[in-house]
Amino acid sequence: MTDLDQLKTDALTRIENAPDAAALEALRIEFLGKQGSISGLMKTLGKMTPEERQVQGPLLNGLRSETADAIAARKAVLENAELEARLATESLDLTLPAHESPKGSVHPVSQVMDELAEIFADLGFSVATGPEIEDDWHNFTALNMAETHPARAMHDTFYFPDVDSDGRRMLLRTHTSPVQIRSMVKQGAPIRIIAPGRVYRSDSDATHTPMFHQVEGLVIDKDIHLGHLKWTLETFLKAFFERDDIVLRLRPSYFPFTEPSVEVDVGWQDVKGRRVLGGDGDAPGHGWMELLGSGMVNARVIEFAGLDPEEWQGFAFGVGVDRLAMLKYGMDDLRAFFDGDQRWLDHYGFSPFDQPTLSAGVGAKA
Amino acid sequence: MKFSLEWLKYFLDTDAGVADIAAALNRIGHEVEGIEDPADRLAGFRVAKVLTADKHPDADKLQVLTVDTGEGDPLQVVCGAPNARAGMKGVLGLPGAVVPANGMELRKSAIRGVESNGMMCSVRELELGEEHDGIIELPEDAPVGQTFADYHDASPVFDVAITPNRPDCMGVQGIARDLAAAGLGTFKPVEVTAMEGEGACPVEIRTDDPEGCPAFYGRVIRGVDNNKPSPEWMQRRLIAAGQRPISALVDATNYLMLAFGRPAHVYDLAKLSGPVVARRAKNGERVEALNEKTYALDDTMTVIADDNDVHDIAGIMGGEHSGATEATTDVLLEIAYFDPERIGVTGRKLGLASDARTRFERGVDPAFLDDGLAILTSLILKTCGGTPTKVARAGEAPAEPKVIAFDPHLTSHLGGIDVAQDEQRAILGSLDFVVADDWQVTCPPRRHDIEGPADLVEEVVRIHGLDHVTSVALPRAEGVAKPTASPLQKQERKLRRAAAARGLNEAVTWSFLPTADAEHFADGAELWVLDNPISEDMKAMRPSLIPGLLAAAKRNADRGAYGSRLFEIGRRYFRGKGGASDEKPTLGVVLAGNKTSRGWAEGKSEGFDAYDAKAEAMALLEAAGAPVGNLMVMGEAGDQFHPGQSATLRLGPKNVLARFGALHPKTLKTFDIDGPVMAVEIFLDSIPAKKGAGFARAHYAPPALQSLTRDFAFLVPADLAAGDLVKAVRGADKKAIVEARVFDVFEGQGVPEGKKSVAVEVTLQPGEKSFTDAEIKAISDKVVASAGKQGAELRG
Repeated sequence: MTDLDQLKTDALTRIENAPDAAALEALRIEFLGKQGSISGLMKTLGKMTPEERQVQGPLLNGLRSETADAIAARKAVLENAELEARLATESLDLTLPAHESPKGSVHPVSQVMDELAEIFADLGFSVATGPEIEDDWHNFTALNMAETHPARAMHDTFYFPDVDSDGRRMLLRTHTSPVQIRSMVKQGAPIRIIAPGRVYRSDSDATHTPMFHQVEGLVIDKDIHLGHLKWTLETFLKAFFERDDIVLRLRPSYFPFTEPSVEVDVGWQDVKGRRVLGGDGDAPGHGWMELLGSGMVNARVIEFAGLDPEEWQGFAFGVGVDRLAMLKYGMDDLRAFFDGDQRWLDHYGFSPFDQPTLSAGVGAKA
Repeated sequence: MKFSLEWLKYFLDTDAGVADIAAALNRIGHEVEGIEDPADRLAGFRVAKVLTADKHPDADKLQVLTVDTGEGDPLQVVCGAPNARAGMKGVLGLPGAVVPANGMELRKSAIRGVESNGMMCSVRELELGEEHDGIIELPEDAPVGQTFADYHDASPVFDVAITPNRPDCMGVQGIARDLAAAGLGTFKPVEVTAMEGEGACPVEIRTDDPEGCPAFYGRVIRGVDNNKPSPEWMQRRLIAAGQRPISALVDATNYLMLAFGRPAHVYDLAKLSGPVVARRAKNGERVEALNEKTYALDDTMTVIADDNDVHDIAGIMGGEHSGATEATTDVLLEIAYFDPERIGVTGRKLGLASDARTRFERGVDPAFLDDGLAILTSLILKTCGGTPTKVARAGEAPAEPKVIAFDPHLTSHLGGIDVAQDEQRAILGSLDFVVADDWQVTCPPRRHDIEGPADLVEEVVRIHGLDHVTSVALPRAEGVAKPTASPLQKQERKLRRAAAARGLNEAVTWSFLPTADAEHFADGAELWVLDNPISEDMKAMRPSLIPGLLAAAKRNADRGAYGSRLFEIGRRYFRGKGGASDEKPTLGVVLAGNKTSRGWAEGKSEGFDAYDAKAEAMALLEAAGAPVGNLMVMGEAGDQFHPGQSATLRLGPKNVLARFGALHPKTLKTFDIDGPVMAVEIFLDSIPAKKGAGFARAHYAPPALQSLTRDFAFLVPADLAAGDLVKAVRGADKKAIVEARVFDVFEGQGVPEGKKSVAVEVTLQPGEKSFTDAEIKAISDKVVASAGKQGAELRG
């Protein structure tokens, strides 16, 4: 064995056995540093004859690169071991809870109003609004309820002491119907609108609150009749409840602002103690529920709104938004809608990403 | 309105059962709200005969009866009624039966040691009347063993909601007529026998107020006996209708009203003096009505009065003083026609409701005065006897019949159903309309609700059947449905979902507040305050969304919630032009309680601070489309806020888009909630609309060269707003500096008194070429110089 062989065996063994990065670095300096033994041997090449160099050159270069490779390999092994040792100390108990971020929610009334807007947009209805503090002309007179009309008294109206500059008594609107008048006056005909919003009646028990939400629908055009009204309500309810088996029962009724007036019942079925809309109300295990008031807009109302009733006719309907929300999403106490109870909002509220769309179905499944 | 089947059949010849009648009523617009079958309540009660009656061994007032029930062995029953005796027939309640009057279930029991197997019942116990002096005594021919429901011919009672346009159906006769038109049987008109009377009416009848009382008919009946009860058949019908029998005279008028929808009044002639006149009341005149309350009248109200007193608030309620009593022997009957509007106004002014008012203000049949008076007279004579005089008539009820030119094609044009013209004619005819060959339709005078052709369509359609209406699709615009939402609607939708996505819960709170709470947030605005609130807590329309949310947060805290993050999008109510309202769309946020709960990693729970409010304000303003980069943070958030921890966000010095911050401790005290509580209010109507925005964004290509940051630590006066410093720094080189961000604020050791250290990280964005050292130096110098103008010096 030559000296070089001896040196190499010795170096590689020591490198292989270097216990840590520091010892390995010391070996690198010892062998390959500026004063290192292999570096020293490399320097002897310059003094050699070309013949010697031709022999010794490759040998020494081989020694240097093999040593360097061994150091790199050993370094990788040591680093890896060190990393593993460090990681072993870094393990976390991932059964511990993660950081919480608050979950917000959209109120069922808003959600349902968005759903209604989506459905009716497809039928060509835009969304109209009007003031909640109304005057008695828009809330009553223009809707064919003259001051002495008995139906006025049936509205449990909240009044303000104020009158406006036309001498009209100010009040909280008792229904969204005044928006019909305002929209017709502003837009003329033909018109298709829904008008959702807050309405007020002086009434309070488990199913009545002094403030609630209604949505009004209005279609004024030529040749619109009760058949269109029925279709519209059927189509809307089928889309809203996402059921094809919605059955309507129309009953004659009376509203001063429509003639003929039609009360609309919807068939329901008892499913585990809950009233679920769908099916014929006369079928066994079924019943009828009064859901909407509607009718053909009274010619006088069309006249009050500045249109010619000989030319224009149409229908209007009204339905409780809170009621629709309760029927669809299963709440049973109206008062809770207006309490702001964190627990109720967490339970019945909707994800902000439940934006109603026609392609996904407007409803948000539980 | 309630009526029994048996009463209905008096006017309607029909074989239809209860269910069919109910269905027909619903079909033609008289909504059935309930059907009560007294047979259900009388289950377990049967006709029984008392065989023996012996004294109870241990009780003086009790007897021990043996009673034949028609089957099996006679039963032993203990009874306390003084009239119980052997041989009589009565009504026995068997064990298991429930006493209608008190809901008690009968049981086999021992009374003072003697077994009793049921109860002999009184009239009152079975709710057949008021009598309770003894048990019911049935006639000898009553069949023992028959169920009492059958024996008594108990008749199902319908409870029907009559819509306000149909006063003609506020009597059983009208309902029968409608049902007959709907094919449920044959209408049986009551044959009215003319009641001529003897001698002229001795009382002068007059109307001095032909506007309020166009017609006033009257007659006297002498020698009546009002001590007898009204006949059993009448009492039964009245009770079924929910009307307590009172006396023969009163019952007769009630019967006329409920059977024919025709109110009338009976005066005790002895209490009247001089002519009886319909006239306007005098201002301040008073009358004690039959409900024993005294009403002050004014000269818009019609009354019936004699020389001395007002005896009747016309069409609403009679006077206590001149009403019929048991001692009454001579009576004056009044049947009049009052102006419906006047009755309504008077009733509302007095706050007085009555069955008579309900009918008069909706309109009674103007052609039914003579017949009504004849029927009433005959009802009284049958029970009370007496001799009627001739009728005295003052004035005339409006008799001009309404004639409507009807086009039968309107039925399909408006009603959407094709009904053959013959059928239309027949339907209108069955409802007493007279249809001429040329379709001029003459309306029966009792149908005040018929105003025009649309009303006739309704008559035809409801009798023909609304269920024949078939759905017809609305014409649809071509192509995909067009967007319909207005900019405000889109803004609100986006804002709502942005707020929810930020972890806020949407609440819907009352629009009205307790006045004190509203005042606290009014900032001098004149509130809208209700005249007739449902409670003091719901009186004033909100001038801010914060109080409602604050009250909700308090309720949540009281329920033990660790924190509330509530928002609401709704209106604030202010005064607008011309006495109208100005309702401003607004978003409110309240952050109360804990922001984070204590955690293994986070440590103690943490409350909200004003910067949390600022974060919501900025993020939501951005979602609402406000130019948040241009907003100025200014003061004057309002007295409701902590003066040092609140601010407004403005676009220009005057346009306040939002306010936010910590609420003032006084506000928290007013609402009795523990603080600190943060609030935000965004005034959506102040956010300028985006003009002419299309879909395409402004052109942008990410810069090729890397940006670099430089940190500057400044010593600034302690009261310098960091925002002003940052603005100065940013403004130092508007082209190169794209961002300036405070990353440290420090006061205390090492910082001179009256100063604070603010460290700002400045981001520089090179354009075409990288910055040279000299350029960076120049920018840095400009930053220091610009900050220097705010009193800032670079820290050494």
